[in-house]
Amino acid sequence: MAIKVLERKPLSLAERTYLPQIIGGLKITMKNMLKPPVTLEYPDERPDIPTGYRGVPTLVKDPNGREKCVSCQLCEFVCPPKAIRITPGSIAEDADTAHVEKAPEEFEINMLRCIYCGFCQEVCPEEAIFLQDIFSLNGLSREELVFKKDKLYEIGGTLPDQHFKWDKKKAAELAASGGHH
Amino acid sequence: MNWTELSILLLKAVAMIGVVMTLAGYSVVLERKVAAWVQGRPGPNRTAPPLLGNIPVVGRLLTRMGLFQLPADGLKFLFKEEPVPGHVKKFYYVLAPVMSFVPAIVIMTVMPFGQFIDSTGQVATLILTDLDIGILFILAVSSLGVYGIILAGWSANSKYPFLGGVRASAQMISYELAMGLSILPVFLWVGGTLSLTSVVEAQAGLQWWILPQWTIIYQPVSALIFLVALFAETNRLPFDMPESETDLVAGFNTEYGAFKFGLFFTGEYAHILLGSAVFVLLFLGGWTLPGLPVLAGVFGAVISVLIFLAKVLFMVFLFMWVRWTLPRFRYDQVMTLGWKRLLPLAVANLIFYTVIIAVIEQF
Repeated sequence: MAIKVLERKPLSLAERTYLPQIIGGLKITMKNMLKPPVTLEYPDERPDIPTGYRGVPTLVKDPNGREKCVSCQLCEFVCPPKAIRITPGSIAEDADTAHVEKAPEEFEINMLRCIYCGFCQEVCPEEAIFLQDIFSLNGLSREELVFKKDKLYEIGGTLPDQHFKWDKKKAAELAASGGHH
Repeated sequence: MNWTELSILLLKAVAMIGVVMTLAGYSVVLERKVAAWVQGRPGPNRTAPPLLGNIPVVGRLLTRMGLFQLPADGLKFLFKEEPVPGHVKKFYYVLAPVMSFVPAIVIMTVMPFGQFIDSTGQVATLILTDLDIGILFILAVSSLGVYGIILAGWSANSKYPFLGGVRASAQMISYELAMGLSILPVFLWVGGTLSLTSVVEAQAGLQWWILPQWTIIYQPVSALIFLVALFAETNRLPFDMPESETDLVAGFNTEYGAFKFGLFFTGEYAHILLGSAVFVLLFLGGWTLPGLPVLAGVFGAVISVLIFLAKVLFMVFLFMWVRWTLPRFRYDQVMTLGWKRLLPLAVANLIFYTVIIAVIEQF
């Protein structure tokens, strides 16, 4: 490997007085002073959360208000830190969505364990669990930070649905049975 | 002197202390603001007292400008617990902040800050005591301020403050010489008087209709040396050796807290303010603007004081601007700069102007 020797020139008289460099530095800082601040006044101003951000995991409902989770427990199995715990349950026979058959009786995410990896969102076949835009989370006790189903739906809200899979299924079943049940 | 005169003098002195201390306090806020702007932040903008901060537009504006930060900081210094470490020499430990603070206040007694024409048609100067040897007094008293730092360093009985104190004394001695020599040509130029008022008066007016007769234009090198020495004397970056946080924790004031630290702190800013004032008086034409005659009455007095204040505040801003631009010199570089560069330059500068003035006098 060829070694290239750089010649170090001795400093010129102007450079040795430091003055041109100081003036150059002052110019740079003056330019900075005239620019608007780059900071965000945090509690008053919130940052824009980019799409695909992995915030606190939440459960969502579809636009018709149906809870999407069918308690298949895939998220529970894929969760690396074992933060999710699902107690499966079934939907009542006489319910409007009885054909979905299953829904979680209890759904817990232990936020002290969660590592925000997003595997649960990735694995969910029902698009029921999403890591949304909540980036600041705290609590006063361990119990408070184990999110229960109610809390998860409350912070999750409703997200638009592209498929309406179960509605289509119901419609198809209705059509197959000749339109009258 | 009867009681009325005495009380008027006292009132004037108290008013001046009030103004200078307020300005010194607000230069702390300015410092924080300038630091923030340089670093792309908004700076202190949230402190607001309950009632004043709620005034619709003004309160919000003042809050955003950070003007309520100063009372908050001051009260904090006052109400904090005053810890005195067990290993300090108590008497000197308490004396040190006072020693570094008092000279700053004493200097301003001989500082002229404006001129107007009074009712008898005479030009009157706004000054507490018009000493003939104003600048000598200022140089002598301001260098007493370093005793505070040395005492603080020594009485704290621990290594970092001690190093800070040692550095302060060495730095002070080195730069005092260059400082003294750099302003001699100014007084030679003005014509053999040491009064600050006459220095300013000599700088009024225009040369060849365009050039302000400010000393900085005739003697840029003197101004430069004086400015650099001023930075060193006030312990400001790039010369804040006694305090250099990176290598000495907080230097001489490591062991201080609460109000005693507050005294050091305000003392430093008062020194900057008064140092800026001396620079403005000597080199930037004081309260005069080129082409503006001395005005009459209260109006004239106010105008001249405002001009003076504007110039001083610009210098204070320069101090902060430089601080947030330059890194700190190494200690040996500070000494090299002082003894090997500034001192010879100041001597050469003095000789040069002495010869020039002698030649001008001949013709």
